[in-house]
Amino acid sequence: MGVPGRTPPSLLRNFSIIAHIDHGKSTLADRMLGLTGAVDERTMRDQYLDRMDIERERGITIKSQAVRLSWACQGTTYTLNLIDTPGHVDFTYEVSRSLAACEGAVLLVDAAQGIEAQTLANLYLAVQNDLVIVPVLNKIDLPAAQPERYAAELAHIIGCDAEEVLRVSAKTGAGVGDLLNAVVARVPPPAGDPDAPTRAMIFDSVYDTYRGVVTYVRVVDGRLAARDRIRMMSTGAQHELLDIGVIAPEPTSCSALGVGEVGYLMTGVKDVRQSRVGDTVTIAGQPAQVSLAGFQDPKPMVFAGLYPMDGSDYPLLREALDRLQLNDAALVYEPETSAALGFGFRCGFLGLLHLEIVQERLEREFGLTLISTAPNVVYRVVMLDGTEVVVTNPSEFPVGKYTTVSEPAVRVTVLAPSEYIGAVMELCQARRGSLLGMDYLSAERVEMRYRLPLAEIVYDFFDALKSRTRGYASLDYEFDGVIEADLVKVDILLNGEPVDAFSAIVHRDRAYGYGVDMTSRLRTLIPRQQFEVPIQAAIGSRVIARETIRAMRKDVLAKCYGGDITRKRKLLERQREGKRRMKMVGRVEVPQEAFVAALGGGEEVVARRS
Amino acid sequence: MAPPDPWLDLTAAAWGEIPGRPLRFYLHVPYCTHRCDYCDFTTYTPDDPRGRGQAQWLPGVRTELALAARVLPAALAGPVHSIFIGGGTPTLLAPETLGVAIADIADRWGLMADCEITVEANPETITPSLAAGLLAAGVTRVSVGMQSAVPAVLGALGRRHRPSTMVTAIECLRRAGLQRLSVDLIYGADGESLAQWQVSVQAALDLGVGHISAYGLIVEPGTALAARVARGVTRPPDDEDLAIKYELADAAFEAAGLRWYEIANWARPGEQCAHNSGYWRADTWWGVGPGAHSHLGGVRWWNRTNPHAWQVGLADVRGDRREARWPVAGWELLSAEQRALEQAMCTVRLRRPWPVLGNGRLRAALVAEGLVVPVGVHHASLTRRGRLLADHVVHRTLDAAGECWMTPASAS
Repeated sequence: MGVPGRTPPSLLRNFSIIAHIDHGKSTLADRMLGLTGAVDERTMRDQYLDRMDIERERGITIKSQAVRLSWACQGTTYTLNLIDTPGHVDFTYEVSRSLAACEGAVLLVDAAQGIEAQTLANLYLAVQNDLVIVPVLNKIDLPAAQPERYAAELAHIIGCDAEEVLRVSAKTGAGVGDLLNAVVARVPPPAGDPDAPTRAMIFDSVYDTYRGVVTYVRVVDGRLAARDRIRMMSTGAQHELLDIGVIAPEPTSCSALGVGEVGYLMTGVKDVRQSRVGDTVTIAGQPAQVSLAGFQDPKPMVFAGLYPMDGSDYPLLREALDRLQLNDAALVYEPETSAALGFGFRCGFLGLLHLEIVQERLEREFGLTLISTAPNVVYRVVMLDGTEVVVTNPSEFPVGKYTTVSEPAVRVTVLAPSEYIGAVMELCQARRGSLLGMDYLSAERVEMRYRLPLAEIVYDFFDALKSRTRGYASLDYEFDGVIEADLVKVDILLNGEPVDAFSAIVHRDRAYGYGVDMTSRLRTLIPRQQFEVPIQAAIGSRVIARETIRAMRKDVLAKCYGGDITRKRKLLERQREGKRRMKMVGRVEVPQEAFVAALGGGEEVVARRS
Repeated sequence: MAPPDPWLDLTAAAWGEIPGRPLRFYLHVPYCTHRCDYCDFTTYTPDDPRGRGQAQWLPGVRTELALAARVLPAALAGPVHSIFIGGGTPTLLAPETLGVAIADIADRWGLMADCEITVEANPETITPSLAAGLLAAGVTRVSVGMQSAVPAVLGALGRRHRPSTMVTAIECLRRAGLQRLSVDLIYGADGESLAQWQVSVQAALDLGVGHISAYGLIVEPGTALAARVARGVTRPPDDEDLAIKYELADAAFEAAGLRWYEIANWARPGEQCAHNSGYWRADTWWGVGPGAHSHLGGVRWWNRTNPHAWQVGLADVRGDRREARWPVAGWELLSAEQRALEQAMCTVRLRRPWPVLGNGRLRAALVAEGLVVPVGVHHASLTRRGRLLADHVVHRTLDAAGECWMTPASAS
């Protein structure tokens, strides 16, 4: 293998793998590690590069990584950097930075399923970054594989000959060597000026408990050497390079990284926000004048309140969020109080998967049990006097007169078998979508593009899409500005008292449906009280839906003799224990479970993960 | 694990309070010819091997009484205030058998002159000779399982007697000279209409008995009824229906001169069940027989439910080996909080006014909500509406008093 810092760019190939979840990216990466001798069989484990438990369990990659491989091809030993990318739309920005560190991309598609919408979106990103695409069909060993059909589809999409589509089985290893040869042959070597002032792009940044922040960079110009004093071009912050190295695939220190090389830096900082993805690293003593293009601050698009089930866990939740933020520059949060749920935090996320991952990590890594409010998007309300109010929580929705309300929009790409065109159109129309275009990928598959309010896909869009297409449709979206809409805030009142946790901002046409759904759900979830409890949905002071929980007429009329006393006492003790976990809304006792059940569905979350 | 020995748990304080309390005995007869669909009591039918040891019942009871005599302190020498023989179906045993058990208690502790001795009976088991036998055995009171006067409802409950049997049974008992009679009713069976319930209420009143108990049907886990409800064959009791039926019965009983003295019990003056009242006052009682529960100064224990296991445990005790297996299946030493909760739970159910201590606002609130009527300066008693929501009132009183509603000493 070439020595880091002394490997000529002509012997370097930087590439990533673009694939849908389940299409075998991690398995292919494992196979490459084995074939190039980077990992021997003894230390091999499945999905070697996926670090977090959640990644391995869910089979998805959240944080990308780069691994340096050595590959001999026609008598020459090349150094390959495989840059792993996250596969989900929430992390589009990270994907785009990972791709920006490469000259080529392996487009990996399941030979039994064909390309999926998310893959297509990432493929477009790669093409926008001028990457050379190496199309590959995986799982050719499967009986259900249709390599001819999907090779033709891939060739059609990227505009190449079907013969150029490679065929591998990551599981058996068949064709993986040929694939690596193709990477060497087709992906161009990096270009850069070794004598120019140093510029390196940060494409990932992770927090490690023992080593602080580990920053992954791709050197574009110049070189980075151990003990250099570096400077972050967006903030001007300077740090000493404590360690520099490559991942092969365990971290290995080296003396320097030259043009086109990929490796890691450690500076001892403790917070990933000081080492942002997309930023340019230069040398403090001889700084570059112009940063590399493409740095963006990640903007949270989806907000939700997170509350500890047990109010006394609030300090623990704060600490946990602080710790997570060290590793997740996109996570934002601020304290929030809910009359119904107590003390918690309003958190901003890149998208729904990001929300779920954060919630799951909080619960798993910090032992918290959380209640999450229904996720909502950011609204901008222009008041009569021209002032603009930014609403990240329905309870902040202004009461007074306003002229317009706008909400974020997304461009949605749906890939589906052509027989489901009608079903998809019907769904998108119902969700206030407008059709932007439609293309046949092949005679059987169609790509439909819609513009939709983000809020419409935040809730259960993916579930609905899957159920209407018998699971065959795939979905991707990207953020696409804002649109004005006729939005109203619907409050839910329990015995006349608004329950802030259930307030929602919805389109006027959908307000009634939301009100009816929420009030009827709550009627079944809230136990009878000693008095009749009306549950109302209201826009302002106008009630649009109403249910009633009838007063409890009786509790237990059973006999209470010698043998019954212990049992009855235990029943009352359990009730008293249960009452302690009740939240009071005015005079109404609401069990925690009612909030959990009313605010979100477990199945929904699971379905959205797939 | 150490052998269960509830009596080792008795504290000096507990022993200290016992002499002030009346001593009572409960005898459990765990046999029936047929198990009713709603029943989850300790009872066995002849198709179960455990239901075939009726001959062993009396020896076992006598052994347990001997054990009680050894355990109970000298201060509890008697005399006994009441005996209650329940089941199961106690009248499946010969009245002479019950008489021997009663005589054994009388020999050991003596009986108060007005000692109340109640036997539970199923109407179909009552004959003139049985009635005479019960009287001869010393029985003073009979509680008859009527449940309903409507054949369809009796069928829905899995009962096998006909309504007319009830009339005959009561006549039999009266002719034999047994005057203190009570009947049990159950309301809320699937399909029971309000009119049918009214028929049962009136039929019970027409019997002219001095005491009626009426219980809302409960679907207990593990019963035939629970299985039918789970299969969707039978609808579970409906709260609204139960509440209306309670109100209906209460109005009819009160109008006929039977006043409520506990949520599920109505009686003419002087006809209240002394034995059951002892349960609600946390008196001392020893429950003899399989599955029977006992209470002694803040310690509760309960016997093994399997008659054979109960007998084996007793045989070991007779040998005076402390490490032996006992007839006891489990026991608990009540904490001060638990005793307060039990006390609130039992006392609130009684008509006799109970003190709402420590918090004048609570009583005012409960009165305003129509749950209690105020009595005197600190006391209160449940309204009809309050009786339907008694558990709620218990929680409110405990909430207001910070779980220290009453000390045991203040309850007498």
